[in-house]
Amino acid sequence: MDTFAALAQGLSVALQPMNLLFAFVGVMLGTAVGVLPGIGPALTVALLLPITFKLDPAGSLIMFAGIYYGGMYGGSTASILLNTPGESSSIVTALEGNKMARAGRGGPALATAAIGSFVAGTIATVGLALIAPTVVDIAISFGPEDYFALMVLAFTTVSAAFGSSVTRGLTSLFIGLSLGLIGIDLQSGQARLSFGIPDLLDGVEVTTLAVALFAIGETLSVVAAGARAEEVIEPVKGSVFMNKEDWKRSWKPWLRGTFLGFPIGAMPAGGAEIPTFLSYALEKRLCRKPDEFGNGAIEGVAGPEAANNAAAAGVLVPLLTLGLPTSATAAIMLAGFQQYGLNPGPLLFASAPDLVWGLIASLFIANVMLLVLNLPLVGLWVRLLAIPRPWLYGGILVFATLGTLGANPSLVELGMLLIFGLLGYVLRRYDYPIAPVVVGLILGPLSEQQLRRALAISVGDPLVLFQSPIAVTLYALAALALLGPLLFYLLTGRKAPVGGDED
Amino acid sequence: MKHIFRGALLAAALAAPLGAASAQVTDLKIMAPAAPGGGWDQTARSMQHVLQSDKIVGNVQVLNVPGAGGTIGLAQFVNGSKGDPNALIVGGYVMVGAIITNKSPVNLSMVTPIARLTGEFEAIAVPANSPLKSMADLVAALKADPQKVSWAGGSAGGTDHITAGLIAKAIGVDPTKINYIAFSGGGESLASILGGKVTVGISSLSEYDAQAKAGKLRILGVSSPTRLPDAKDIPTFKESGVDVEIQNWRMVAAAPGITPEQKKTLAEAVDKMVKSKAWTDMLAQKGWANTYLAGDAFDAQLAKDITSTQAILKDIGLAQ
Repeated sequence: MDTFAALAQGLSVALQPMNLLFAFVGVMLGTAVGVLPGIGPALTVALLLPITFKLDPAGSLIMFAGIYYGGMYGGSTASILLNTPGESSSIVTALEGNKMARAGRGGPALATAAIGSFVAGTIATVGLALIAPTVVDIAISFGPEDYFALMVLAFTTVSAAFGSSVTRGLTSLFIGLSLGLIGIDLQSGQARLSFGIPDLLDGVEVTTLAVALFAIGETLSVVAAGARAEEVIEPVKGSVFMNKEDWKRSWKPWLRGTFLGFPIGAMPAGGAEIPTFLSYALEKRLCRKPDEFGNGAIEGVAGPEAANNAAAAGVLVPLLTLGLPTSATAAIMLAGFQQYGLNPGPLLFASAPDLVWGLIASLFIANVMLLVLNLPLVGLWVRLLAIPRPWLYGGILVFATLGTLGANPSLVELGMLLIFGLLGYVLRRYDYPIAPVVVGLILGPLSEQQLRRALAISVGDPLVLFQSPIAVTLYALAALALLGPLLFYLLTGRKAPVGGDED
Repeated sequence: MKHIFRGALLAAALAAPLGAASAQVTDLKIMAPAAPGGGWDQTARSMQHVLQSDKIVGNVQVLNVPGAGGTIGLAQFVNGSKGDPNALIVGGYVMVGAIITNKSPVNLSMVTPIARLTGEFEAIAVPANSPLKSMADLVAALKADPQKVSWAGGSAGGTDHITAGLIAKAIGVDPTKINYIAFSGGGESLASILGGKVTVGISSLSEYDAQAKAGKLRILGVSSPTRLPDAKDIPTFKESGVDVEIQNWRMVAAAPGITPEQKKTLAEAVDKMVKSKAWTDMLAQKGWANTYLAGDAFDAQLAKDITSTQAILKDIGLAQ
């Protein structure tokens, strides 16, 4: 078949020694910068793009793919080891991943993230090569009312991250929703809750909030606990690598994560965060040992990590088939293409097949390279946790501040980081879950915009929300997610399993 | 940063007596008031590339200060670079609107405009199967019921929104009645047009180009004064009887409080850059039109753009 011949051609280009070197350099650079919280793959690629400018198209694209995937991977490393999500799509990873790391299982957590990313990346790349045109047709048919239904589904399943108390979970969620209101309203152009501070006009940056709540908040609670701290961090307990049970518990979440991440990533307004939320909720539901959720369940790392990687490949579907850049990273990739005088669009597969297949092949190479480079390093990475506490948390603080300021050098940003850090401490102190705040900040503005778009297009007729078959299906799923545990109780006569408090 | 700045001053001082006739800029800091990757950032980095590779300026740095339609960067530039002959800022038409809608404390009269560099024209597109075949059809639909025509474009108060408002006004429809749906990214709004979720899309022509060539979109008109060389079959708004002409331009400005000689030196460096082959190649690669305009002509055009933007933003209800 033509497709495979083209892919093989792309691979033979990518496998040349010089190009492997570019892939290596890209992966290293990407990982290094990606570990810094606040600096995600988009910014990493944008900053390093001028470096690739001097190379030939193939070498440059390969290095570029390396930076992209390296950045993604670096983000999850920081999430797992330091509880400092490097980007918004690895927030969910921090929930279980960091718990695992503290229990001496950082090695398996990093390994399942790396292998899960590899598996998801590979399947999604194959999907990109084979079914991109079909997927994109479905993705395009999503209108604002369908996106709104998807958000409703995400909101109902997000309760999985609430921990033990629904009231506390909702409180946290509403704090996040309120923060999401800050800034210029996209539809009316008017500023909301910005109190005349120009820096607030663009709203609260998700990574700033996440880094503050997770990293700074935690540092403060460690300091406040002082010598009373009862928890001992064990860098390694048992095997550094995944054991048989870890494999058994990981492979299904990898696949499920992939099948959530790829199609949602392909949707123009899908993004990489929503599939990670959905994957986390799904894994929690399906897990045989739900008590472990909140205490370091490997499924909670494997699923979301696969989902965000598959979504990253999914983003390329509309970019390559339609020329639609649907994320910051894709927009920068577009700029990368334009360096070679190419405009991705409906004709790209026909007009520049070498380039498209070269890119797809180099994504694959970058994936392999990451796995090869990082698996042996897992043992070294987890040693980070052996650093004495004051040094470790001092380091985290420096890291978090540098990352945030590196992304946006502004005093207001620094102030926000500190204030949200205090908020994180207070929430922890009074046992409120952290994750729903970030979820609220991400989902709130998205769902508001989609709802308003749907209503504006229908000139105010609310029935439009229920007229699309896609939306109705999504609402049915949401209802099932909400009522499922109740049905479970009625049918079996025992209470549905509820996970422990995650934070 | 300070010592670089001082070094630059020193270098400038040393250079001055040597070549009074052909003053050279040795160091330049260009501020891109946006995050890396966007149009302003690309403009700044293209300038950096051409200025250095053609040895017009020895050392060029690009500094990104993102936020609020460029007004955060502008504020920092106005306050931090006063009298600095080695500082430039990139900006554009979007900034003109953002200054008004954000009630920004700083504005473009507080910097020293050097030149307009590039521009992109706005286009209106419909899906290939849309009943709207021409601008005339769109005008008729708008006159019948402006609410029923939904427009997909960029953020409220931006160039796309302003163009939609100008069109309504030009054909005698109340601009506050237009049903404008704002999208944050080009990809998302394009998807909603392709999916037939909205009536028309409005954005810069380059966004629709590839789709139109593939036969998925039909472009009804473009906002240029005359037909574009690359798109000869697309009528202008004007020839379709809609008297609207607008371009989303990008400019470069120098710091406030510099001397006329310093301004002249910078303007000459920019002029040299614009006339270089490397710049022409760069624009062709990016698909930007060269709409270079400098000196008094640019000052006059800028003042005109600011006044008309103020008026239309008031008309569509986004400014007082």
